[in-house]
Amino acid sequence: MSENPVFAQIKQEVDDNDVVLFMKGTPMFPQCGFSAAVVQALSLMGVKFKGINVLDDMEIREGIKAYANWPTIPQLYVKGEFVGGCDIVREMYETGELKQLLDEKGIENAA
Amino acid sequence: MAMVAGEIESLIREGIPGADVTIEDLRGDGDHYLAVVVSEAFRGKSRVQQHQMVYEALRGRMGNELHALALQTSAPQD
Repeated sequence: MSENPVFAQIKQEVDDNDVVLFMKGTPMFPQCGFSAAVVQALSLMGVKFKGINVLDDMEIREGIKAYANWPTIPQLYVKGEFVGGCDIVREMYETGELKQLLDEKGIENAA
Repeated sequence: MAMVAGEIESLIREGIPGADVTIEDLRGDGDHYLAVVVSEAFRGKSRVQQHQMVYEALRGRMGNELHALALQTSAPQD
């Protein structure tokens, strides 16, 4: 697993950017309802994040599933750590746990 | 390729013995489901770990035949 060359690229992205969302489409134009839901939650919270469109890169699209042992997209990472997919992010947003996590990690947000 | 609700339910039950599984067909189209899974096996685990256990039970179908399965997992409340 660790020899998958795309892992290094993914690790670089999640290490270089505090909040990264691997998604289908772009933050401006999500191409999947689940990706759109996470973009919306992050936007409502005023969080700056980097969106990576997996539809542009087949290797990342498949590699990201193995990276987190998570079979679906979107995937949210905060400070290099996998937070969850759409259901988990939505649940954490509703319960306030997402804000708590962002605060703990020192990520600026307006929530 | 869609999966029928009963198939999803039995795979989850098989993978997580004793789990209480409820499947809801969200749009009535046999393609968008909600699975509510309650199991003692989830206690003390993070949500990510709980969902990974369900995905494990679905043995690779999630993200393939099964595109839209919303998950709600929890340990039984006392």
